[in-house]
Amino acid sequence: MSLLKVENMHVYYGNIHAIKGVSFEVNEGEIVTLIGANGAGKSTTLNTIAGLLKPRSGQVTFDGKSVVGMPASKVVSLGMALCPEGRRIFQQMSVRENLEMGGFTRPANEIDGSLEHVFKLFPRLKEREKQVAGTLSGGEQQMLAMGRALMGRPKLLMLDEPSMGLAPKLVDQIFDIIAELHAAGTTILLVEQNALMALHVASRGYVLETGRITLADDANKLLNDNSVKAAYLGG
Amino acid sequence: MTLFLERIISGINLGSIYAIIALGYTMVYGIARMLNFAHGDIIMVGAYICFVAVSSMSLPPLVGVLLAMVVCTILGVTIERLAYRPLRQAAPLAVLITAIGVSYLLQNLAQLIWTANPKSFPSLITLGDITLYTSASGASLRLTGTTIVTVLANIIIMIALTLFTGHTKMGKAMRAVSEDRAAAELMGISVNRTIALTFAIGSALAAIAGVLLCSSYQVLQPTTGSMPGIKAFTAAVFGGIGSIPGAMIGGILLGVIEILGNGYVSTQLGDAFVFAVLIVVLLVKPTGLLGKKVHEKV
Repeated sequence: MSLLKVENMHVYYGNIHAIKGVSFEVNEGEIVTLIGANGAGKSTTLNTIAGLLKPRSGQVTFDGKSVVGMPASKVVSLGMALCPEGRRIFQQMSVRENLEMGGFTRPANEIDGSLEHVFKLFPRLKEREKQVAGTLSGGEQQMLAMGRALMGRPKLLMLDEPSMGLAPKLVDQIFDIIAELHAAGTTILLVEQNALMALHVASRGYVLETGRITLADDANKLLNDNSVKAAYLGG
Repeated sequence: MTLFLERIISGINLGSIYAIIALGYTMVYGIARMLNFAHGDIIMVGAYICFVAVSSMSLPPLVGVLLAMVVCTILGVTIERLAYRPLRQAAPLAVLITAIGVSYLLQNLAQLIWTANPKSFPSLITLGDITLYTSASGASLRLTGTTIVTVLANIIIMIALTLFTGHTKMGKAMRAVSEDRAAAELMGISVNRTIALTFAIGSALAAIAGVLLCSSYQVLQPTTGSMPGIKAFTAAVFGGIGSIPGAMIGGILLGVIEILGNGYVSTQLGDAFVFAVLIVVLLVKPTGLLGKKVHEKV
């Protein structure tokens, strides 16, 4: 069953037509990845689904409900979390406060359990619980951003460039955690420039080029597709 | 010496009022990223409401203060909803000009309702004076009841706000919104509701400041709020706009500087001193005493 369905979505920035009729879906339990070059519209797509941007036309259905025109703060409470590009953690707040904000829409008696769950996934965050988030390393900040998104116990977790700017070892670690979350039953929509890693962990993938989806297939087929190889996998 | 201490005390008294007003400026700036120049006039409305409640309706002073807080809260939230929210995506200059417009609107409405004639504000504070010491020459240093209440109110408000922003869910949400609006929205925090709450708190504080101001100076007219409003804005910038402790420190320092300038240099130059301080601070430390460097996000 499809948890998220995007149909013929068009998004504009002023007069600039950024997303030109994108359609795709994410089924429950899947990892789906959107790959594409810089400026292809990957982040715009995620931000629009999350409610930060309004599509000019098209339909976005999440868990059977249309979320078009709903403010982002409402969409979250339906069970969708976006871990935004550039992490966007609250730099001046403590690690714990950041996580608490992630659980903003959840009942108070759930927070301790969610914290425990996040600390189990990211033991480093537990060690740095009281530290001001802005002083964390890049990798730790990414963990915090992901942990924060998980605090809302989302049915769908959207990750925007989780590996950006991280050392290769940390990238591996982040992808291990993505696989782990998936194994635990979380549905994931992953946007990545690191197409190789993304297609390895995903079940299906879409290729986005200048606002349009040009290819859609199983991830392992995309990995062997010649045009994908040439454009995104370095030959 | 006694005279000097007396001036320091009255500076702290005035500064505490500036600090309470500055809190409203600084919180609204920190969270909504706008300068609400109508904030000073909310003070005036608060003072009038309290005046009417106590003088015309003969209600007890405390009820008058509470009534003023309720009316100002509603007024502040309404202004935000009708005048500022539609401009959330507009250029900062448009919002600023709107705020100035709201300021004149409130002053003129007050003039229409209560006329331009100054009213003599009754002293609401019945607490007696405390004599700290009497010198051999007979000069005595006294703390007036008004000063005691004003300073205490300032301290209580500071502690309450610090606890609120540090330890409650909504308080933390406010800090989150002030840091990164979009990210806060992604957490499920409604930015509109958070901004409305900020206006509510700021306006309730303005009502308290209005009553304290008029209790100290005992004159009330439609323009009563504008000069203290501008000085409190100066105090907020002085302390570091967006910072709650900064508003407190900036307010008190500014009050003391103004009274000392009035007393030792010239009563006509007191205000000039206040604004000279602002200019110097902006030249030397543009973020204010406790201000943090703000990274503008694209």
